[in-house]
Amino acid sequence: MDIFQANDIVKEYAGHVALSSVSISVKEASIFGLLGPNGAGKTTLIRIINQITAPDSGELFFEGRPVKADDIYQIGYLPEERGLYKKMKVGEQALYLAQLKGMSKNDALKSLKYWFEKFEIQAWWGKKVEELSKGMAQKVQFITTVIHQPKLLIFDEPFSGFDPINTNLLKNEILELKKKGTTIIFSTHNMSSVEEICDHIALINQSKKILDGQIDQVREQFKTNTFEIVYRGEVPNLQYHLGSHFNLLEHDESSLLKQMKVQFLNNQSNNELLKILMNQFEIVSFKELIPSMNDVFIHVVEQNNREIKQ
Amino acid sequence: MNKSFLILKREYLTRVKKKSFIIMTLLVPVMMAALTILPTYLAMMDDKEERTIAVFDPTGLILNRLESNEFTKFHYIPEQEFQKLSKNFSSDNYYALLHIPANILTTNRAEMISDKQVTFDIKNLVTRRIENIIEGEKRKQVIDETGVPDLEKRLSATKTDITVETIKLGDKGEAVKSSTEIAMAIGYAAGFLIYMFVFIYGTMVMRGVMEEKSSRIVEVIISSVKPFQLLFGKIVGIGLVGLTQIAIWIVLGIAIVTGLTAFVGQEATEAAAQAQNIMTNPAMGQMAANTPEAQNKVIEIIGMIGNLNIPLIIFALFFYFIGGFILYASLMGAIGSAVDSDEDAQQMMLPVTMPLIFSIIILFAVAKNPEGPLAFWASMIPLTSPVTMMVRIPFGVPAWEIILSMAILIATIFGTIWIAGKIYRTGILMYGKKVNLKEIVKWLFYKN
Repeated sequence: MDIFQANDIVKEYAGHVALSSVSISVKEASIFGLLGPNGAGKTTLIRIINQITAPDSGELFFEGRPVKADDIYQIGYLPEERGLYKKMKVGEQALYLAQLKGMSKNDALKSLKYWFEKFEIQAWWGKKVEELSKGMAQKVQFITTVIHQPKLLIFDEPFSGFDPINTNLLKNEILELKKKGTTIIFSTHNMSSVEEICDHIALINQSKKILDGQIDQVREQFKTNTFEIVYRGEVPNLQYHLGSHFNLLEHDESSLLKQMKVQFLNNQSNNELLKILMNQFEIVSFKELIPSMNDVFIHVVEQNNREIKQ
Repeated sequence: MNKSFLILKREYLTRVKKKSFIIMTLLVPVMMAALTILPTYLAMMDDKEERTIAVFDPTGLILNRLESNEFTKFHYIPEQEFQKLSKNFSSDNYYALLHIPANILTTNRAEMISDKQVTFDIKNLVTRRIENIIEGEKRKQVIDETGVPDLEKRLSATKTDITVETIKLGDKGEAVKSSTEIAMAIGYAAGFLIYMFVFIYGTMVMRGVMEEKSSRIVEVIISSVKPFQLLFGKIVGIGLVGLTQIAIWIVLGIAIVTGLTAFVGQEATEAAAQAQNIMTNPAMGQMAANTPEAQNKVIEIIGMIGNLNIPLIIFALFFYFIGGFILYASLMGAIGSAVDSDEDAQQMMLPVTMPLIFSIIILFAVAKNPEGPLAFWASMIPLTSPVTMMVRIPFGVPAWEIILSMAILIATIFGTIWIAGKIYRTGILMYGKKVNLKEIVKWLFYKN
């Protein structure tokens, strides 16, 4: 089931189009990657989901029905640029933010105790935020985002400012939240983390959605039928053996294990290539090259920008 | 509105719990009291010191006519001792040496010799006494020369003290004794109080909004509450901080003044008989009250204060206090949301605070002529009315003017809050953009 759906969202700011007819749907208990270059309109879309701003036109659905004002209590939001009241004590502040999200004081205290213990930061309760390091403040902020057990979480660049250990901790927390049934919208420029944790992505460029789908399918969609073969042996004239159906892109014979990249020109099957190669040398590995999200991102955005320019 | 209350509570508590707030709130009344009462008290303490002044008077005019009092004694010395002392004043017996020259009637000069700086009070006391004696002596000479019988008595009878009583006719035509001075004093005080309160706490709202914007916490908060609720909670919370401070100041002020005057007053009663010549000081009303004449005066003043419309003044004070604050605080909040830096804030604040400053500039003109056109219009225009109307009310203002002024203020507040809310909503999410007035006007027309 889709926990959140946006249809044909349009938002303009004084002549500047921030979002033009963007639609997304987010499946329950999945991680949805919202991608796009800087200034593409991601933040605007996130603000619309959060009901910080309203769209000029378009429809929004939460749990299958049109959004209500109360739905924001089911949403947790960790903005990219984040901060807390510097002069306020950590515990007081976390309690305040939890209450603003509609929790009762007792529930909030209980829940905060659980999270502070989990992150081993009980000692910070009475400290002022200005005494914390950036990473420490980020942890507190993460807690205040998830404290009210929202059904939908929105993380905007959640890993920025974290060291590798805390990044890992946070990643595991996010995956655990997903396991418990929480839906997560995840906006980032870090494509390797997208590949790692996202189930579904939407790519926005220059206020339009230009790509959408299951992450595996998206990558599949952009594969170029290229295979990487590692082998042992000698082949004097490789392209001759490959014939006209296969194109030799790269050939590296410098080390003991030689490597080549071959592109299928027609709809050949893998086995046909293997048949040819098997006769020439010993195959060590054979794998299809599926483009990384990073490659897909760059390829799609650059192509889109060229199209817009023309 | 439950969320607004949470915000209000935070805004209020974080500020009230601040050390600087507690110190300011407690210290200001203590300091004010110390500044007004302590010098008087200390001056009186000082005067308890017993001093003897040696007097050498070859003219014989002053001789035995300078009366000693409890603390200041006069001791007449012969020429021989005077010669010795005037060359080398080193005496444990005498505080100073007063020399009345033979030609004092023509020169009007006497001298006081001491090895220390003669105190102001002593100098004053001696000067006044000698003045009286010499003046009397000259007068006697003139009267003796004219030879008119009973001239002395007849001249004394011409001495007059005129008091112009201002009488205001009440609603039912009854005469109400009023005092321009008292109305003025109350008007000034109330006007200044409103000005200070609006300025300090309005700026505090602006700073609060800027803090939330620059720390980016605002984005998290407005994902749980409406921007308007946040602004509303902030304004009301900070307004209550201000009211708390003023309430504490009033209570502490009254407590300190009553406590200290009671203490000082007791001392004063004992000293009163002797201390009549000490410079009268307004803070020593208690002391002055010991003489029947002054007592009457105090009763009269209290009566005149009672004749002012106290409930109206208090109601108006609170009304314009709160109204003026909300008006300016919402504008300042809008400014805080629109700017990124302190310099920009200063620049944008100027046009907004201009009317407020203007109302202080015209304060004296209004108090001088509370019925004039300047006073009338300034008390109708909502940006100046909180200060100006407050200055006018102790003088008595027709009911319709007060009602109209209040109605205009309320209507303007609604309009301003609406505008400020729109600017605020857009401004808090706008970063890195240098805003100008044109840009802000554009924001007013953004759809939610």
